[in-house]
Amino acid sequence: MARARDYDDIPGTYVFDGRRSQQGYQLNMFCMSLNAEANRERFRADERAYLDGFELTPQQRRAVIERDWLGMLQLGGNIYYTFKLAALDGLSMQDVGGAMSGVSGAEFNQMMIDGGRPVDGNRRTGEAPVGQMPEPPSPEIPGTAEHSS
Amino acid sequence: MTTIVGGIGTSHVPAVGAAIDNSKQHEPYWRPYFDKIQPAREWMAAAQPDVCIIVYNDHASAFSLRLIPTFALGVAAGYQPADEGYGPRQVPAVQGHPELAWHLAESLIGDEFDITMVNEMDVDHGLTVPLSVMYGQPSVWPCRVIPICVNVIQYPPPSGKRCLSLGRAIRRALDSYQGSDADGLRVAVFGTGGMSHQLQGERAGLVNVDFDTAFMDELIAEPDAGCLRPHTEYIREAGSEGIELVMWFVMRGVLDDEVDEVFRMNHVPTSNTSNGLLILQNARG
Repeated sequence: MARARDYDDIPGTYVFDGRRSQQGYQLNMFCMSLNAEANRERFRADERAYLDGFELTPQQRRAVIERDWLGMLQLGGNIYYTFKLAALDGLSMQDVGGAMSGVSGAEFNQMMIDGGRPVDGNRRTGEAPVGQMPEPPSPEIPGTAEHSS
Repeated sequence: MTTIVGGIGTSHVPAVGAAIDNSKQHEPYWRPYFDKIQPAREWMAAAQPDVCIIVYNDHASAFSLRLIPTFALGVAAGYQPADEGYGPRQVPAVQGHPELAWHLAESLIGDEFDITMVNEMDVDHGLTVPLSVMYGQPSVWPCRVIPICVNVIQYPPPSGKRCLSLGRAIRRALDSYQGSDADGLRVAVFGTGGMSHQLQGERAGLVNVDFDTAFMDELIAEPDAGCLRPHTEYIREAGSEGIELVMWFVMRGVLDDEVDEVFRMNHVPTSNTSNGLLILQNARG
């Protein structure tokens, strides 16, 4: 069983540690490739063919095609990498933040203007909810005991 | 010997760069922030550093998961703005200072900081946005820059304590610099990133201004205590990307133990971030 980390109880947070880095290496390096305009053009022209160049799992591939931003994180994606794909789609960080937390980009932006998501109620999984309580992350991490996917 | 003109702690929010590049500073969303930072820009114009040492993190631009240096020092003559996935920022290229950078490398490694030396890397918003914050939109950056890139994306990042120690080692290096331009060379140091923010997951959008205020207070008055804050406390209290704040301790370490607070600003929100700016100078005794 993989050692538990003291940040595992922080809700709605996918700490990009070695467990996630192993799981998401190919997914993140696909995103990294989008730093080059020539690659962005190739990806826009034929997403599926472009993705064939990376050894993604079927779940990762589906998450990319469906632009499942939260799913990508759960499959080892890192937000700085996956945001490159979002930028290619013309999305803002508020759009992606909204998509990951179940609201529209406009609603998310308004939450920020109103002072952001409060830390009270959002420190630990199971804490009494204040405002919108996120669900805990599903630990689809290789090597963790309960969910060996 | 070099002169330390001051230390600057600043967020490096990409949207600030985009607002400047696209002349949005006067729009209602942006105007309050740009009004607040005006005194900092005036301080910078008067301070006139010849060299800015900018401690920042690369965001999957020059480095990727392929190679993850914990501390990397730019020793090049120049650096181009990076294409981060949506085209490079239209800002001037950054001019380096190889002579001082190589002195830093030699001194730091002699001081047991086994830093990675980098001859070729593009610099992303982590470095160019702080320049824009302090200088606006000049046709040429008015200072040379030595980039010090810290890994804070692949967990675990270095500890706050290690960052403070690195800053103190940089100070020893600056104090011993005897290069061709050493006499009276004016140096500023930037610690960038933060403040509280979380970009990822269902908890995205987290902001904790009380934490940010306490962080600044402690950084100024009790850095040796503040640097011991565990990583998990940053993530829990300041959001997963709030961990970038460890880089402010490098800046703090370059300064004297006693400092004066010259300027402080915090603005919420900028994009998804609590946007902070702090200027410190060595105390005037």
